[in-house]
Amino acid sequence: MNKDIDTKQKNTRLVRTLVLVAVGMFGFGYALVPLYDVMCDVVFKKEKPGIPVAAEEVSYKADKNREITVEFMTTVNQAAPMEFRSETKKLKIHPGEYYTVNFYAENKTDKEMAAQAIPSISPGPAAEYFKKTECFCFTEQTFKAREGRTLPVRFVVNPEIPEQYKTITLAYTFFDNTEKSVK
Amino acid sequence: MSAVVAEHDDHHDDHDHGPAKGLLRWVITTNHKDIGTLYLVFSLAMFFVGGGMAMIIRAELFEPGLQFVQPQFFNSMTTMHALVMVFGAVMPAFVGLANWMIPMMIGAPDMALPRMNNMSFWLLVAGVSLLASTLFMEGGAPAGGWTMYPPLMLQTGKALPFAIFAVHLLGLSSIMGAINIIATIFNMRAPGMTLMKMPLFVWTWLITGFLLIAIMPVFAGAVTMLLTDKYFGTSFFDAAGGGDPVLYQHIFWFFGHPEVYVMILPTFGVASTIIPVFARKPLFGYSSMVYATASIAFLSFVVWAHHMFTVGMPIAGELYFMYATMLIAIPTGVKVFNWTATMWKGSMTFETPMLFSIAFVVLFTMGGFTGLMMSIAPSDFQYHDTYFIVAHFHYTLVPASIFILMAAGYYWLPKWTGHMYNEKIGQLHFWLSAVSVNILFFPQHFLGLAGMPRRIPDYAVQFADWNMISSIGGFIFGASQLLFLYIVIDTIRGGTGEKVTDEVWEDAHKHGLEWTLPSPPPYHTFTTPPTVIPTEHI
Repeated sequence: MNKDIDTKQKNTRLVRTLVLVAVGMFGFGYALVPLYDVMCDVVFKKEKPGIPVAAEEVSYKADKNREITVEFMTTVNQAAPMEFRSETKKLKIHPGEYYTVNFYAENKTDKEMAAQAIPSISPGPAAEYFKKTECFCFTEQTFKAREGRTLPVRFVVNPEIPEQYKTITLAYTFFDNTEKSVK
Repeated sequence: MSAVVAEHDDHHDDHDHGPAKGLLRWVITTNHKDIGTLYLVFSLAMFFVGGGMAMIIRAELFEPGLQFVQPQFFNSMTTMHALVMVFGAVMPAFVGLANWMIPMMIGAPDMALPRMNNMSFWLLVAGVSLLASTLFMEGGAPAGGWTMYPPLMLQTGKALPFAIFAVHLLGLSSIMGAINIIATIFNMRAPGMTLMKMPLFVWTWLITGFLLIAIMPVFAGAVTMLLTDKYFGTSFFDAAGGGDPVLYQHIFWFFGHPEVYVMILPTFGVASTIIPVFARKPLFGYSSMVYATASIAFLSFVVWAHHMFTVGMPIAGELYFMYATMLIAIPTGVKVFNWTATMWKGSMTFETPMLFSIAFVVLFTMGGFTGLMMSIAPSDFQYHDTYFIVAHFHYTLVPASIFILMAAGYYWLPKWTGHMYNEKIGQLHFWLSAVSVNILFFPQHFLGLAGMPRRIPDYAVQFADWNMISSIGGFIFGASQLLFLYIVIDTIRGGTGEKVTDEVWEDAHKHGLEWTLPSPPPYHTFTTPPTVIPTEHI
């Protein structure tokens, strides 16, 4: 009978450890969220998608001999009631020089709207050379009912960008954030 | 090598009694054999539910254009088929086998935690019922794929929280089952049953148990994040709030890759149990099998992003995940080699369990090879999200896990019931299944390479011929499984009438303790531990 009690104790101890492991792994799932940011920033030095921050205005030596085509794309997420377009579709630029392009966004509803634009640059590895010093994507934009306005973006392409990149696409997606912002 | 003198002393133990009377027996039972039966019956039922959904999918894909169902429902079917088959059929079937066989294989009287055992089964039923109930909800069942990627998954209607809670319940059930199995293996082995004398099925389940405890909570976390993103204003995966949908894919596949090994490792264990018996030889390379299983389990944690080569990972990440994935072929190759070497010059006979096991070795290897193709990151861009992937993972699941579950059924049914199954119908079931499964899945390789995407109800006419052939194979395969259902019921009710011996298969008593017990085994077995441990499997 002693042996039975022994097994029981051993079971309890083992189960306790295993339950702790399971709880710990639940926590690990959540720990993956900050870990992912760290991996993106530190290990791969890759800008994580999401809300970006403004780059500092540095003056580069413009490379007049090189020309890169920058394309601008706009999308409205999940058919949000907005109009959103770029006033420039395509621009030939010299790396190192600053440019400003205008976008236009309009609230198509009769209510106030909060919206967040998320940029995406392709090809991916070109993103670290593409600097935005002014952008409507840095903060949430609020639009009054039926309001439409012009949204400027000021950017520069670092002249150190490798030769292979001849075209860069800057795509913005506007997310209707009204519900979350109200909360 | 020597036979065990099994001691079943029914008068010895005061607590020894038979099952409770009536239907309530199945609700309140804590007996490992009863719970094993419950798991196996439930998973067989879910196999037909999930199979029915597959039949709807193949019927819709029989011809281009929309025939029978709407696209939304079609996508619900692919999603629910996967969830039901993974969480309702394959995983519970192996837990059922574990419940029935592990105590009998290691000479234990029962599982370590019998009450928790009962609870984990009924949580499984609750989880699957909750999942099934979403079929009748406004907005339909989840249709975003079993991987539940946001933002698509967040567009699910009323069903979303129910699907998520179902996953929580299923996860809880799996974790409890895994803890129970690990505790049983660590603390309940008969004297002399050292770890390196355990049958491989026990070994593979021990390792699978650890996998489950490590990954199910991560999956629970991921779906909880989906839930809070949708209803509580968090932004884990919502780009507008600073989140990243790709993060979900990383968390999901951190769970998802080991998860597919949860379904294949016990498969390896059963194959390693059956092949030596019918080859009449000890298993070739027992300890290398153990180490290979452990290596595969370890590697499964560090390769997850090969499921997402196309998300725009840095090149260093692509290369790392590519090479790490290729490494898995080594321990897997060791296993395939060992099975083949076990059969080499053996005195083989080809009863149904052996036929299914041999088909497993051949067809699983094919699924493994396509896996190796997809591990090559630059080529994977062509295969990604096409029918090539569908063909690959169905080869590693259907003619692998499912075939081995069938083999296990034929192998142990005579032990469980005391009756012999009908060998003729069994062999017919095998040949129909083995031929039709290839008609079903092999053409999907061609479809995928030609560019047919997954999860679409309609397709370009260029894919019509192979889809029709695949569907025909699917219908034959589906119908053939009814033979298995017939055989199971027939065997329980008496089978061929032939009285089976304790060891059922020639010299099986040298391969495992379960064959030293009577067929069918009494309600309580090994209340006194066995004294001699068979070592033929080592």
